[in-house]
Amino acid sequence: MPYDHKPFDYVAPRGLTEVEPRHPVVIIGAGPIGLAMAVELANHGVPSVVLDDNNVVSVGSRAICWSKRALEVLDRLGVGQACVAKGVTWKVGRTFHREAEVFSFDLLPEDGHKMPAFVNLQQYRVEEYLVARALAVGTDLRWKNRVTAVDQHADHAVLTVETPDGSYALEATWVIACDGARSPIRAMLGLEFEGELFEERFLIADIEMQADFPSERLFWFEPTFHTGQSALLHKQPDNIYRIDLQLGWDADPEVEKLPERIIPRIEKVVGRRDFTLDWTSIYTFQCRRLRKFVHDRVIFAGDSAHLVSPFGARGGNSGLQDVDALGWRLAAVVQGRAPEKALAAYDRERTFGADENLMNSSRSTRFMSPAHGVERLFRDAVLDLAGRAEFARPMVNSGRLSKPCVYPLNAPDDARLPDGARPGSVAPDAPQGDGWLIDRLGGRFVLVAFGEAPEVPGLPVIRPQPNAAVIRRWLASEVTGLYLIRPDQIVAARWVEATSEDVAAALAAAWEGRT
Amino acid sequence: MSQLITTPNMADPDGLYASLLAAHRGLTEAESHAMNARLVLVLANHIGDRRVLDQALALAREGTGPAG
Ligand SMILES: Cc1cc2nc3c(=O)[nH]c(=O)nc-3n(C[C@H](O)[C@H](O)[C@H](O)COP(=O)(O)OP(=O)(O)OC[C@H]3O[C@@H](n4cnc5c(N)ncnc54)[C@H](O)[C@@H]3O)c2cc1C
Repeated sequence: MPYDHKPFDYVAPRGLTEVEPRHPVVIIGAGPIGLAMAVELANHGVPSVVLDDNNVVSVGSRAICWSKRALEVLDRLGVGQACVAKGVTWKVGRTFHREAEVFSFDLLPEDGHKMPAFVNLQQYRVEEYLVARALAVGTDLRWKNRVTAVDQHADHAVLTVETPDGSYALEATWVIACDGARSPIRAMLGLEFEGELFEERFLIADIEMQADFPSERLFWFEPTFHTGQSALLHKQPDNIYRIDLQLGWDADPEVEKLPERIIPRIEKVVGRRDFTLDWTSIYTFQCRRLRKFVHDRVIFAGDSAHLVSPFGARGGNSGLQDVDALGWRLAAVVQGRAPEKALAAYDRERTFGADENLMNSSRSTRFMSPAHGVERLFRDAVLDLAGRAEFARPMVNSGRLSKPCVYPLNAPDDARLPDGARPGSVAPDAPQGDGWLIDRLGGRFVLVAFGEAPEVPGLPVIRPQPNAAVIRRWLASEVTGLYLIRPDQIVAARWVEATSEDVAAALAAAWEGRT
Repeated sequence: MSQLITTPNMADPDGLYASLLAAHRGLTEAESHAMNARLVLVLANHIGDRRVLDQALALAREGTGPAG
């Protein structure tokens, strides 16, 4: 069944008839990132208003591949279980050249994690769950409220908001612009969206059919069913499959969008005719970002701040990591628990993350869609060799799937502890009886202790059961260890042994955004 | 750390040169370019050391205009 887009109710906002008091936070855009932001802030005790110019969830599945890290964030927000229960779990990707498989990858070769490597779930479902959650935590969600102007002042911003009943002004101490790839707010502030557009077009189609394709990511270079181009197949829930077909730059998007053009192409991919077209779109590749994400009172997050090509699932997933890095800090600033300069750490960490995503995305794009000449020459050389020489296989690049970056923190570290848990990394999960370690972290700073735990006022101590997974991921061959974990479940600092002063100093530095 | 060897390192340089030409014999120019690209990848993997490879890239690039 195609998704039923039930419109949300527009309610005339208070601001039309009276002057509203200044809001601590107004979020522009109820896409996955704006909604997640609202829930995250509410979890930290900060209410927000969310404005969206539309009144339905995403038309079209758009972001479908949610990474382990994104699922952990969604889980903290209260919708992770629903996403996993509804979605298609997968972890293996296979890449073919013509008929032959040339490369495969397993994104989570070991078990003992609460969340799987990837879940495929349509963006509209994730938004549906997030809307329900945002309302449940008291978010002031306003549909059909379009922001048309932003005025920045020393300690607040004033938004002009247009509704079906006219416009009104809304004051906010902080504005978070989650208004998507075409971000009108970016344009209003006159900010340049720096980067490149690749001369390539892809056709994206969701089809509904009863079939038994595996729960794997299948990618073809130069398949016989789509000569000289590439193709990608993903399974989604409700018998929906996503197909991406490379068209080349010369293709006319208006013509290629016609069902009489699309249907025969898809027939060749899936080898059958009994499917229905659910949604189609044509997209180009862009790799861009804002130079800075924090502009006085306006903070950018999600696609408004950075845009990557879809191969690698780095769009929606990286936006959720923005939410992760911003939420606890902004809440602390609003509540007077941290200085405003702490927000510089958000900017630093997420522009770093964006650069890693942009680098991976540009590399994949260059491989999939090489320019004429030497780019093409080497691409074809790799594909040709991959069939007969094992070394060339890892060079076959059909997208490197989203992994959280390790923030380059300037914080206490001890290299005797495992590399995978170094400062800047996501704290590794592990089983704990019937539950999971990840569930005991997050939302606040905690000290994870193996052995003696120095006392630091206001810092709860977590003592994991030291099973094999915990020891491997947290201790290696050490017997003692101390980890300071941030509210976003990132390792802030770690020691084999430390004093209360060491831990307190690292805690203060993290709050102030100095690491 | 290894360094790129830039002094003579082969017993029979004339023989290797002849083998290179022989391997390309009968190929069109486009086919030769493609074969050279494959050869670069095969050799790069054999060397495996990024530092050495970066030095090799710099040496090969020298004198052909500024690196992009
Ligand atoms: C055709 C298409 C296919 C995609 N496929 C994939 C994919 O396969 N995998 C993947 O990972 N990602 C994909 N993406 C990207 C992914 O959808 C985005 O990364 C993700 O939606 C970003 O979320 P966001 O909340 O930042 O922005 P959006 O989801 O774009 O949300 C922005 C919201 O802001 C609202 N808004 C805009 N202007 C205003 C205004 N002035 N006032 C009030 N509200 C406003 C919009 O109505 C919208 O609801 C795709 C995107 C598109 C367009």
